[in-house]
Amino acid sequence: MTNKNMTLNMRNRKLMLRESTTAYLFLLPFLLFFVLFVVVPMISCVYAGFFEAVLGTSEKKFVGFGNYVKMFQDPEFINALWNTIIIVVVSVPVTCAFSLWVASIISKLHVAATSAFRCIFYLPVVTGSVAVTMVWKWIYDYYNGVLNYIGTETGLLEKNINWLGDPKYALGCIILILLTTSVGQPIVLYVSALDNVDKSLVEASEVDGATPMQSFWKIKWPQMMPTTLYVLIITTINSFQCFALIQLLTSGGSNTKTIMYYIYYAAFKDDNLGYGYGSAMGVILAIIIAILSAAQFRAGKEK
Amino acid sequence: MKTKNTLNPSQLRSNIYKWISTVLVSLVAVLFLFPLYWIITGAFKNGVDINSAEPVWWPSEWVMTNFQKLMDRRSSPLFEFTIGNLTFVGPKIPSAILWLINSVVMAVGSMLLTCLTSAMAGYVLAKKKFWGRGIIFGLIVCAMALPKQVILIPLVRQMSSMKMWDTMWAVIFPIVGWPFGVFLLKQFSEGIPTEMVEACRIDGASEWRTFTDVMFPMIKPGVGACAIFTFINAWNDYFMQLIMLTKTENLTIALGIATMQGESSTDFGLLMAGSALASVPIIIIFLIFQKYFTKGITMGAVKG
Amino acid sequence: MKKIIAMLLAVMLVIGLCACTVEQNDGNTVEITLWTYPIGGWGTQATVDALIDGFEAANPGIKVKVEYLTYTDGDDKVNTAIEGGQAPDLIMEGPERLVANWGAKGLMVDLSGMIDATDKSEINTAALNACYTADGKCYEYPLVMTAHCMAINKNVFEAAGAMEHINAETHTWKSVEDFFAAVEKVRVYTDKAVGAVFCGGQGGDQGTRALVTNLKGGTFTNAAHTEYTWNSAENIAALQALKDCAGIEFNPGIVGGDEIKLFYQGTLNMAFCWNIAQQLDPNTAGTGAEKTANGDEILFLAFPSDSTPALQGGIWGFGIFNNGNDEKIEAAKKFIKYMCDSEKTADAVKAANYFAVRNTAEGADLSNVWADNAVMQEYNKLMPMLGDYYQVTTNWAAARTAWWEMLQDVGEGKDIAEVVGQWANTANNK
Repeated sequence: MTNKNMTLNMRNRKLMLRESTTAYLFLLPFLLFFVLFVVVPMISCVYAGFFEAVLGTSEKKFVGFGNYVKMFQDPEFINALWNTIIIVVVSVPVTCAFSLWVASIISKLHVAATSAFRCIFYLPVVTGSVAVTMVWKWIYDYYNGVLNYIGTETGLLEKNINWLGDPKYALGCIILILLTTSVGQPIVLYVSALDNVDKSLVEASEVDGATPMQSFWKIKWPQMMPTTLYVLIITTINSFQCFALIQLLTSGGSNTKTIMYYIYYAAFKDDNLGYGYGSAMGVILAIIIAILSAAQFRAGKEK
Repeated sequence: MKTKNTLNPSQLRSNIYKWISTVLVSLVAVLFLFPLYWIITGAFKNGVDINSAEPVWWPSEWVMTNFQKLMDRRSSPLFEFTIGNLTFVGPKIPSAILWLINSVVMAVGSMLLTCLTSAMAGYVLAKKKFWGRGIIFGLIVCAMALPKQVILIPLVRQMSSMKMWDTMWAVIFPIVGWPFGVFLLKQFSEGIPTEMVEACRIDGASEWRTFTDVMFPMIKPGVGACAIFTFINAWNDYFMQLIMLTKTENLTIALGIATMQGESSTDFGLLMAGSALASVPIIIIFLIFQKYFTKGITMGAVKG
Repeated sequence: MKKIIAMLLAVMLVIGLCACTVEQNDGNTVEITLWTYPIGGWGTQATVDALIDGFEAANPGIKVKVEYLTYTDGDDKVNTAIEGGQAPDLIMEGPERLVANWGAKGLMVDLSGMIDATDKSEINTAALNACYTADGKCYEYPLVMTAHCMAINKNVFEAAGAMEHINAETHTWKSVEDFFAAVEKVRVYTDKAVGAVFCGGQGGDQGTRALVTNLKGGTFTNAAHTEYTWNSAENIAALQALKDCAGIEFNPGIVGGDEIKLFYQGTLNMAFCWNIAQQLDPNTAGTGAEKTANGDEILFLAFPSDSTPALQGGIWGFGIFNNGNDEKIEAAKKFIKYMCDSEKTADAVKAANYFAVRNTAEGADLSNVWADNAVMQEYNKLMPMLGDYYQVTTNWAAARTAWWEMLQDVGEGKDIAEVVGQWANTANNK
């Protein structure tokens, strides 16, 4: 009996070994890239965060948690954190609400119209971040920007405003561009989520005399919860990573530094900060995003 | 008005609401189209139109000077490589064209490599039980929750020590290593009945044959979604391109346009010509494969 | 579809291979890389290619590959390249980067051996001094220089009767008082701001710096270039005077480039971010050099001062990164010698569109490089007013940012003495 068990065990082990070998052979190509270009840099990012170091030189000084202490005494960092929070707090709800609104309208239209609208709203994504940024730079331009022209012609603006150069407006302008580039995917998702809503439930509720509004919130909305959750998580991560817009439009001027830009600035532009400090900020950013994603996921699951 | 209409008030209200909101969405859609319109018309405007304080809504004349400037600005050899003591130098072409080629090579390269490695990895993660599976999958999920850009600064050092900095590989490899595709294709593979795989194995097919002949065709939609995601991400990953690529002949079109932002005077005509060159080809591809794009995006979200 | 693509690819491949040139590397060819910032024509491929072709013909066995940087992303590119272990061999820029930044980090090759007594006597002393560190190492071989200045719209000033405050012959203001009187006249005449103190950007800060320091005779740094002194009483008084002047607005929204545009356009009648390049620019409306977009005449001027104006200069030349390859360093030195101190120097200077830092190079007279260009000749009158080149002071990049921040705060109406002190401390890393 025990003998038999043993051989069975042995055979299982042998089978497992074979399975494992083939599994790892299949995994190998991916693991190679994953470990080399994701895991190792992650570890070295955490490691570098404990040093005071400048690019281009090999000297470095161990400072323990010094970079982290310095961060929370650095007004520039607090400022960048604040700007990032503003971007996230404004753009995430607006993106979700706006794309839900658009989706709920266009999904009721003729199939061809739905797909045309879907295309239009997705266009800024495929246009590419740099091309989009460049054209907006022109639209916002102080002298020959369309925005100032329309503003002054219609009397909304007294005189031309330097949208990107004025700290009062620059961040808002950047958020607007960010919005146009981030609603594409949510709209596509919401349209298909609305299509997949259980029609019989909606019809039943309408027979019961529910208004479209009521049937939307009571029946459709709960069914779209997973989509909303996904949209929330990806827009949050995207808003946190807003970089190209800032680098190309203001280079962090006019009070538009975000954490992502400040990391870049510290690592590549300012030797007083250095890449050790940049890495430490990266660790903090990663922790913030991880916590937020987890919280959103949790909240979504509970509902 | 009310008496003439046969609809009851609530239906009327909802009809009016529907019309108003459709008009509103159309207006917003026009605003979304405007930047693209502005890029394309701007690329063909002459200097006077571009610099006019009053926007010129339709070019007063269509000129190619901006593209001419874009093409004449920089030139680089199409390729250059050394075998032994012989150096092969390709014909000189406008750098802008080379940047476009680089972008396509980079995005397509990342796409193909990602799809292949992810499909293989996703398959075994979904269908095989092996030692360390939990740990590997855990790591993948953890890595996905992190912002990708965070790892880029140490990556610069690493790439330089691996002699890959300022080459296409420095941009492609980190994209391939990013685990989203694996996660996506694992979810897809899980939807494939295990019996089918087993049946194939019993028929005596090798593991590789099982994968290529049975598994791969069945997860094709997933691979398509993965391909679209990777392509768009690679194309738009400006930060990584910025810190990894430097030499004129290695730039992508996005970086190339960015370098054309002058210091004291911004030449919007030139920038629009560059932007048009960068965006119009990919927009055309998008419009042709539009159906697959939306399908891919939706599937990516549902499964991922 | 597939066939068409395959055909296209094949055709491209064939064309590519046919047009391909094969070069045999006999092992004696040294390839060096040169990265240039857009210093006049040194940012234009056609101009540089011509110069390089000349050099390569004169020095068989050396090949030069050129990369063009911009001021927006150039520093990042060089820094990442250093990090990536692929720093260029040669770089063309000014002492604030070559000497104060990369030189101070120990990345550059000391060029003092290339400069002998004859060279020292030929090269402008102020320019040469800027290329040396305090401990006598030379990290830049200077080629060209210029002085930054300001400009006015002459037609508008004439119409407003404000030309009497200016010595048009010598391109100077009669006094600081005259400057403010003229601004007031033009403001009343045009009923709008005359000039704008811009408060941001990647460049152009030299204009605002020189304006402030000249006004009451202040200094920007101490003589040893170790500390920023722009919080001195003179500078605070100068900022106060500018802030109180109705014709001058502090505009946090514009950068130097914007100011130039506004000036060309006629919105402003005075520009503080001026240089020979702007004076020669036929502008976007194409009205020609020395003209605004509507054809008004532009007059360049030194900054207002009650003594001799101390103009901010620009000095550009070459530095060599120490990449540990002696062969390449030697080749790079040959390149510097060819461009900066040979009979070809005139061409290199002309390409940059600035003024030679030396009067003779290996016997070739350089004083008449611009004999054929009246504007350049006239602008040469400003060269003797070149002041101290203090851009090599430590912490320069951060100090510049702090300067902008300070101007923004002043523009917002904060207490001048307080914000100046605060930002000067930031610059001094206190």
